[in-house]
Amino acid sequence: MRAETEAELAEMIVGAEGPLRICGGGTRDVGRPVDGAVLQTGGLSGISLYEPGALTMVAEAGTPLAEIEAALAAEGQRLAFEPGDWRGLLGRAGESTIGGVVATNVSGPRRIQAGACRDFMLGVRFVDGAGQVVKNGGRVMKNVTGYDLVKLMCGARGTLGVLSQVSFKVLAMPEAEMTLTCEGQDAKAAVTTLCAALKTPFDVTGAAYLDAGATGGVARTQVRIEGLEASVRYRAGRLRDGVLAGFELVEGAASGDLWREVRDVTPFAGREGAVWRVSVKPTDGPVLTDALATLGLDHAAVHDWGGGLVWLLVDGSGDGGADVIRQQTAALGGHATLIRGSERLRADVPVFEPENAVLARMTAGLKAKFDPRGILNPGLMG
Amino acid sequence: MEMPPPSPARLARKAELATALRRVLPDDAVIDAPAELRAYECDALAAYRCPPMLAVLPATTDEVADVLRLCHAAGVPVVPRGAGTSLAGGALPTADSVILGVARMNAVLEADYDNRVIRVQTGRTNLSVTGAVEEEGFFYAPDPSSQLACAIAGNIAMNSGGAHCLKYGVTTNNLLGVTMVLMDGTICEIGGAHLDAPGLDLLGVICGSEGQLGVVTEATLRILPKPEGARPMLMAFDSNEVAGACVSDIIKAGILPVAIEFMDRPCIRACEDFAKAGYPDCEALLIVEVEGSEAEIEDQLARITGIARRHDPLELREAQDADEAGRIWLGRKSAFGAMGQINDYMCLDGTIPVNELPHVLKRISALGEEYGLGVANVFHAGDGNMHPLILYDANKPGDLEKCEAYGADILKLCVEVGGCLTGEHGVGIEKRDLMWHQYAAADMEAQMAVKDVFDPAWLLNPAKVFPLDASEGRRAVPVAAE
Repeated sequence: MRAETEAELAEMIVGAEGPLRICGGGTRDVGRPVDGAVLQTGGLSGISLYEPGALTMVAEAGTPLAEIEAALAAEGQRLAFEPGDWRGLLGRAGESTIGGVVATNVSGPRRIQAGACRDFMLGVRFVDGAGQVVKNGGRVMKNVTGYDLVKLMCGARGTLGVLSQVSFKVLAMPEAEMTLTCEGQDAKAAVTTLCAALKTPFDVTGAAYLDAGATGGVARTQVRIEGLEASVRYRAGRLRDGVLAGFELVEGAASGDLWREVRDVTPFAGREGAVWRVSVKPTDGPVLTDALATLGLDHAAVHDWGGGLVWLLVDGSGDGGADVIRQQTAALGGHATLIRGSERLRADVPVFEPENAVLARMTAGLKAKFDPRGILNPGLMG
Repeated sequence: MEMPPPSPARLARKAELATALRRVLPDDAVIDAPAELRAYECDALAAYRCPPMLAVLPATTDEVADVLRLCHAAGVPVVPRGAGTSLAGGALPTADSVILGVARMNAVLEADYDNRVIRVQTGRTNLSVTGAVEEEGFFYAPDPSSQLACAIAGNIAMNSGGAHCLKYGVTTNNLLGVTMVLMDGTICEIGGAHLDAPGLDLLGVICGSEGQLGVVTEATLRILPKPEGARPMLMAFDSNEVAGACVSDIIKAGILPVAIEFMDRPCIRACEDFAKAGYPDCEALLIVEVEGSEAEIEDQLARITGIARRHDPLELREAQDADEAGRIWLGRKSAFGAMGQINDYMCLDGTIPVNELPHVLKRISALGEEYGLGVANVFHAGDGNMHPLILYDANKPGDLEKCEAYGADILKLCVEVGGCLTGEHGVGIEKRDLMWHQYAAADMEAQMAVKDVFDPAWLLNPAKVFPLDASEGRRAVPVAAE
């Protein structure tokens, strides 16, 4: 099934006789495998409103991400939350859609400074599991009128409703960007350096560390600064005079490449194994990877978000490291998601961090309210 | 503004409930004397007053849980209260409710500079969060005008903003985790020092839910390193349209000031008479503030000046020193006091798409003439969050009602042009009955469904946010039997 309009989408959901698997561009196949009729949203396409002077865009959920990024670039603007392109990582083809980005709340390296996808969302329209069209939020930047269902829908992976339209805030592309890099640090030293850089007033917009297993050579620490040309130069200088002494300066396109690598997790693309995405507080990033090594879980790691977002490549056989990763993550206070794994693995181990009893009750309650028949991506989130 | 009538069955339980509450709280934390309850009869929307049946001041999360469990069992509604600075009536009690004040919970639990987070009890005031971290060079970004007095609990409930949220976002963008107590006394932990939720973004829906989903007792907040410096500049224009166009051009040019404030002529005059800030005589005034090092500030201000010059400004004034910066902000910061000097006023909070600014200002002024009421506009122009201040005389019969009708017309206008009823103050009781203008039945139902999950008996702050006719069936749940 492929909906071309919101009304069609609602009809298809009302008429559904069994579970539905919601599919935007099909580029982010994450979660427990869902057995159901495929409902495609790619037909709901097009930018319905774009006001560069108000930093806002409204687009149908199935609009290709590439189309949105091109329209923004033409006005010198961009999606500041830097959504990653996971096609390489997940071995998928197809066109990523804005609805898919929102439904999975994908945010790249700039999340630490600018915020996550959910922080840029201004409004949604969606069809719930009963076929009701619901709108929430709007297209203005400040809005506290009623409950924020925009955030609830962002990251709900189509389990509460199927997005038909999203509106969001965009930001200007910076005049310049520079990256400061250094090779050969261990994880602990690297994250200590990243934390020090993030504590300065120099507005760091990316802070990452790729270990030797990820680079396939020497470990790399990298820090990004963006903004007006003179300001970027000034801040890079101050950082190199201080907490980033000895770091090399990378400018222009080469700097962009370094961050696309982290954003898209390209070091793990085309390599065998399961991929986990763990979020802990930055200083716990190296504590986690050290513990995993001590416990004998071989891995390669890309630390983003100042060290706190840890992408792990591990052996995908057995439980794919689930037990030990979950144990260590829980001990530190954070959450782990199995981003890439065989269908068998994703059916065997929980893909998302299991919730405590109270939150699980709330989640189940919301699911029952928004999708009373339990037909929208059932079981996908565990 | 109508409130549901008190339930005689609940009122009859006052003494019994007070006794039960004294068993779980210190004596002085349970207030039942009518004279003392007067302190909780209203918040900053002072036109509406009603003392609660009881008030409690728990000091720990466990005490909050005990209070909620007892009230839940007794079927008595609870109205959470931070510092009582809500402009929307968010903390207004009903006569049969218990006010749960978090004022005694104001400790800093942990400041973690490496990870740039602070964990506080939510009775702590907004400004004192910054106070706790500024020696280390950090600050907490959301800055509502009431920041000296308002509590983090209320900031979370209303998803408060402030002048500087153009760059730093509002409360929801700076909130990483909470400890929250549900109406049945269940304590839950959501989020923490790490980023982003593993499952559904419950934190996102809790923030801004106006104390209707749970009582947040502790919060993990993002703190930021203080910029090296900041400097405001003032620009005067001879029309609102031109000032609006200038705002749009600054934003389009890719410069992101931390604040862009807008004042119209009535507001400029009132502030000038009151604070003598030395503002120019003009139709519209912008205050634009940028941050960074000295050289960065100069670079940004030079670009902004270049843009402003294309709009034939009457005057451009860059602060030369701290004293001048202070004077530029002085008038803006005393706007509310200045209006209060002239008369009683009602402060609105609608948001509009930035490009609708000139049209909306014209309509507001025309409507004011129809109603025969004065209005001044001061607002956060960068994000379209308007604060029309309507002047009225509380002692003149019928004036408040006229003012409310005028306010409602302005908010409907905001919705009409693609905006919303409230940008940062919240719905409370003030905008509750206007919700039908923004949302259709299915939209409202979806929101109320969330409350059904968190608070099935609809006992937490039940008469707020949703029009009474929309929530009636849910609030009618009978008082629990013993």
